[in-house]
Amino acid sequence: MTFDSTTLGSTAINGTAIEVTDLTKTYPNGVRAVDGISFSVRNGTVFGLLGPSGAGKSTIIKILTTLTRPGSGDVRVAGVDVVREPAQARRRIGCVTQQSGVDPCATSREALTLQGRLYGLNGRLLRNRVDSLLERFALADLADRPARTYSGGMRRRLDVALGLVHEPDVLFLDEPTTGLDPETRTDLWAEIFGMAAVGITVVLSTHYLEEVDELASTLAILDRGKIVAMGSPSQLKREAGGDALRVELVEPPGEGKVRKALAGVEGVGNIVVAGCGLSARVERGAVSAPYLVAALESAGVRVVSLTLSAPTIGDVYLRHAGRLLRSAQEAPSR
Amino acid sequence: MSDGPTHLYHMTVRDLRNTVRQPSYVLAALIQPVVWLLLFGQLLAPVMEARIVDGSYIIFLTPGIVALTAVFASGWSGMLFVTEMDQGMLNRFLVTPVQRWALIAGRLAQQALVVLAQSVVILVIGVTLGARFPGGVPILLTFFACIALSTVAFASISNVLGLLTRSHQAVVGIAQLMVLPLVFLSEIFVPRHEMPGWMSTIATVNPVNWLVQVGRQSIRDDVAWSHVLDRGFGLLVVAVAGFWLSTLALRVYQRQV
Repeated sequence: MTFDSTTLGSTAINGTAIEVTDLTKTYPNGVRAVDGISFSVRNGTVFGLLGPSGAGKSTIIKILTTLTRPGSGDVRVAGVDVVREPAQARRRIGCVTQQSGVDPCATSREALTLQGRLYGLNGRLLRNRVDSLLERFALADLADRPARTYSGGMRRRLDVALGLVHEPDVLFLDEPTTGLDPETRTDLWAEIFGMAAVGITVVLSTHYLEEVDELASTLAILDRGKIVAMGSPSQLKREAGGDALRVELVEPPGEGKVRKALAGVEGVGNIVVAGCGLSARVERGAVSAPYLVAALESAGVRVVSLTLSAPTIGDVYLRHAGRLLRSAQEAPSR
Repeated sequence: MSDGPTHLYHMTVRDLRNTVRQPSYVLAALIQPVVWLLLFGQLLAPVMEARIVDGSYIIFLTPGIVALTAVFASGWSGMLFVTEMDQGMLNRFLVTPVQRWALIAGRLAQQALVVLAQSVVILVIGVTLGARFPGGVPILLTFFACIALSTVAFASISNVLGLLTRSHQAVVGIAQLMVLPLVFLSEIFVPRHEMPGWMSTIATVNPVNWLVQVGRQSIRDDVAWSHVLDRGFGLLVVAVAGFWLSTLALRVYQRQV
C-alpha cells in the first residue's frame, strides 16, 4: 500500500521524512501551545493532525516549516535539523498555510514564477514547471488574470500549486480545505493522494474527521498541546472498541444460551439481549461474523439477519477529545 | 548568500508591479505632490515672497515639496506589511528560502523608486514654473540619492511599526503623529531665518530638514558641498539604522507568529 520511497529518489534517512522528539513551545504570553510532543512520519505517507482549535496543530506546523522556533525538542524534516539549519530545511519543504497566501494583485503565473525564483529556479525549467502546475490545478484558463478575480477554490488550488513549485520532499497543509465547497475538497483530496503516491510526504492538519479518515495513513489526535492518541485510522477505530453488531433472531433466546455460545468467539463484548434482538461489540467484526453466526446456529439460536457497523473516526475523536473537553470544562471550578 | 541580490530584485519587481497595477494609487501618488506644490505655493506666496532672499517662493518651495512627499509617502509603507500579514502572504514568503533582508529591502526599494518618480514630477513642474538648477547634474543626483535614503529611513520606521503592532490603525495613527511635526520643524515652507529659535534648533537634528537643505542647494548658484555631504551622510546613517531595525522587527514578528 505504501511506496518504497528509497526507489523514488527521496534523500531522507531510513525512510523517515519527519522525526519530532519532545517538542515544546511556549508563547511569550505564557500559553504552552506544544507540550512534549514526539512523532515520526514515514516517507511518502500522509500524516494527519486532528484536534480542536487551540490544540497546537498550527504551532506544530509553524515549527516544522521554520516559521517559528520551538522552546525545546528536536525536529528533523527530510533529514535536516530545522532549528539549526532552517535555510536548508526550507528548500526541502512546501507549505500551504491556513490563510491563503495568494497575492491578489499578481496573476497565478506570476505568483508561481516568483515562488520558483525564490527557490533558485529559472529559465525553461521554471517555465515548464509553472505551465504544468497551472494545467494540473486547473488554473491555466485564468493564468494571466490577477488572483483577486479568482474564486475561493481557485485561490486554494493556487496555494497548493505554490507549495509544490520546487518539488518539495515534504508538503505541509494547514487546514487546506476549510471553507471549500465539497467538489473542490474532493479534488484536493485526490491531489493529496497523488502526492503521497509519488513519494511526497504530506502533513495535513484539519478538523474535518472524514478528511483524515480518507487520507491519512497515520493520525495524531491533539489536545492542549499533547498527543492524546496516535495510530492509523483503522487501528484507532479498533481501539475505540470494535464494530457495533446487531443480530436479529427468529425467536427470543435464553440469554444464558447466547452468552455461552458467544464465549467461544474471540473479541466479543458488551452483549445485550432484548426480545428477538442481540447487540454486542466485536473486534474486527467482518472476520468474526461467520464464526459468530455458526456459534449461534450450533447452539440452536437461529439468526435472521446480522448488521455490522464500524466505529467512525468521530467515535475515536469523541473518545479522546470528548473526555478532554469535559475535564477542561471542570478545571476552572477547582 | 549570493541569492540575496536575486531575491531583492524579484521582491522589488513584484512590489513595483503591484504598485503599477493600482491605477488609482498611481494617479493619486502623481497628483498629490502637484496639488501640494500649487496649493501651498498659492497660499503662502503673498506672505512669503518678500522674505525669500532671492527668487520666487514657488521655486523655493519646490525642493521642500519633494521632502514633504518623501515623508508622507513612506510613512504608509508599514501598512503593506500589515496587509500581507493579514493575508498570509508574509508567512508564505517566510517559508521559502528568500533572504530575510531582501524581503525588507525589496519593499524599501519599491518605496524609494515610487518617491523618486514623484520627485521627478515635482521638479518638472517646478521647472515649468521657473525653477532652475544651476548646480547641474551632480547636485541633482546627490539630491536624488538623499531622497532615496530618506525614504528608506522613514519607510523603515513605518515598517517597524507595522511589523510590531500588526495593526493598520497603529501605523496610520503613529505615522500622522510623527510626520506633521517633522514637516513643520523643518525649512520646507519657511526659510530657516524665519523659524522661531527653538524650532530652528530642533530642525538641526531633523532628518527631514537635512533632505530639505540638500534640495535647496540644487536651486542655488553655488553648491556648498561640505554642507551637502554632511547632511547626506546623516541621512545614510539614519537609513542604515532604520533598515537594521526593520530586520530586527521582522525577527520579533517571527518569534510571535
